Amino acid sequence: MLTNNTDYTLAIEDLTVSFDGFKAVDNLNFYLDKNELHVVIGPNGAGKTTVLDLICGKTKSTSGSIKFLNKELTKLSEHAIVREGVGRKFQTPSIYENLTVLENLEVSYPRGRGVFGSLLFKRDQAVMEKIYDIAQQIMLDEEMHTEAGVLSHGQKQWLEIGMLLIQDPQLLMLDEPVAGMSVKEREQTAELLNKICQGRSVLVIEHDMEFVERIAHKVTVLHQGKILAAGDMETVQKDPKVVEVYLGH
Amino acid sequence: MSFAYDKLMGGKNGLTGFIILAILILIVFPLLLDSFRLNLVGKYLTYAFAAVSLVLLWGYGGTLSLGQGIFFGLGGYAMAMFLKLEASSPENTAIQSTPGIPDFMDWNQLTELPWFWEPFSSFTFTLVAILVIPALFAYIIGSAMFKRRVGGVYFAIITQVIAVILTVLIVGQQGFTGGINGITDLRTLNGWDITSDSAKNIFYYVNCFLLLGVIIASRYILTSKFGRLLLAMRDKEDRVRFSGYDVANFKIFIFCFAATISAIGGAMFTLQVGFMSPSFVGIVPSIEMVIFAAVGGRMSLIGAVYGTLLINFGKTAFSESFPELWLFLMGGLFIAVVMFFPNGLAGLWQDYGHYITDRFKSVKNLFVKPASATKATTVENS
Repeated sequence: MLTNNTDYTLAIEDLTVSFDGFKAVDNLNFYLDKNELHVVIGPNGAGKTTVLDLICGKTKSTSGSIKFLNKELTKLSEHAIVREGVGRKFQTPSIYENLTVLENLEVSYPRGRGVFGSLLFKRDQAVMEKIYDIAQQIMLDEEMHTEAGVLSHGQKQWLEIGMLLIQDPQLLMLDEPVAGMSVKEREQTAELLNKICQGRSVLVIEHDMEFVERIAHKVTVLHQGKILAAGDMETVQKDPKVVEVYLGH
Repeated sequence: MSFAYDKLMGGKNGLTGFIILAILILIVFPLLLDSFRLNLVGKYLTYAFAAVSLVLLWGYGGTLSLGQGIFFGLGGYAMAMFLKLEASSPENTAIQSTPGIPDFMDWNQLTELPWFWEPFSSFTFTLVAILVIPALFAYIIGSAMFKRRVGGVYFAIITQVIAVILTVLIVGQQGFTGGINGITDLRTLNGWDITSDSAKNIFYYVNCFLLLGVIIASRYILTSKFGRLLLAMRDKEDRVRFSGYDVANFKIFIFCFAATISAIGGAMFTLQVGFMSPSFVGIVPSIEMVIFAAVGGRMSLIGAVYGTLLINFGKTAFSESFPELWLFLMGGLFIAVVMFFPNGLAGLWQDYGHYITDRFKSVKNLFVKPASATKATTVENS
């Protein structure tokens, strides 16, 4: 095979997607290491969410490659990508409002994913232990039997993170995880993210610079579908191009 | 035991509702109604299969099919074909120019049995066909649509169109299907006279047990992880997809299952009513089935049965005295349910039923021992 394998968890090379000629992501190269918590920032329309859409298969790329643990993702369907170990949180909390917290986590548990598997699925000891373990991490262990629809906005965000964690993904992608959260909730979320990036890679899109500073190991600034700057927070913040297009005003 | 209790009956409330329904249709109706009326209720209960199937597909799955008549019809026609072949023995049809084929074929100048009729001379094949053909057909429609992520209104319209196409096909191909009159003059099942009162009574009970069985099977599906996934998909389909599930497969399965249930109803219809015709396949019956489910409560398997019974009792009562008003009344009822009681009869019971049960309990409490005494005995017993 001509493909060049890497040690990275995620290796994006020459990735382009064009919508009717408009290149939302333009020749992007991006690498993500294990145990790395990487934050992508950039002005509106920079293509941040599109990059996540491309990785998780929601949008199909025009050209280029996305390799996850050296496996090409661009040709896989959405559920197959998830089964490879990629989890993605959506921008608005995307949980099942009619189900309880427990049921939300149970439905996300990575067993019984086929039609017949789900019919025969049993809520056994191992499942319940995992669910309680995750619920504790996302600070919802007191709300197990609460209908998810009545949770606070912040709790809904945590629940969705928990629904991904229970699948134990190697790559976790979070689209604006602290949007709409109170200061205290932000702090708790930062702690949570620092904890969960152990043993996996986490890719976060965020606008809140204070929050980014607290969590990011590395930062990439996207602008018009291209990388404007990358590196640790300090370097990026001092970069004159970044200041001009994003941080300055 | 607790498995059966929770999974199949849906806990205490589910069990009570199930038992009340079973008592009503297995004991109360046969005691109160004469043979003619009981047969009529039996006919209504065959529609309840389709209503129950819509609870799964529409209420829980969020996918409205306006074509359950297709599957009701397929089941009904499969059964009718078997019965027709038995009724068309060479002795019975000796006066035809080609004896041994169904009468309508003879009228349409057919001289031999079409190939797709041949296997229906076997009762075993027919029973299998009733369960499998509708599911297979649903699988084809379902794969074509759900894999392409066609859903919602488009799915409803397409299923309705298929119902129309099937009706047109049946009516147009008179020589093969019996045309607009359908397949009539059905007499015996393996030599047993199906038009007698005793046969009709037996079919009534068979129908009841099948319906109760279907409700139990549906309960099992809804209480499994599959059931929660249905609710999850209805709410946030993308979240389910991005949790590693192939959403289309789940929709296809529930569509196939709903098709099979409806087909069982159709087959029982043919047995109890004694004929099958395209007027039970097309748009009107398909939409009526949706109304049955909506009035009964689209989130309630048992409610759907009551909805079916209520509407059909109403239809019979009103269309005897005001035939032209009935359709308006039914339309009005449907609108009222959608606007004011989106969960139908079952929803009303959930919201207001405790007024009745509380009163019942308070009356009962007058006759039983004081609470403390009751408690003491239970402790002793356990």
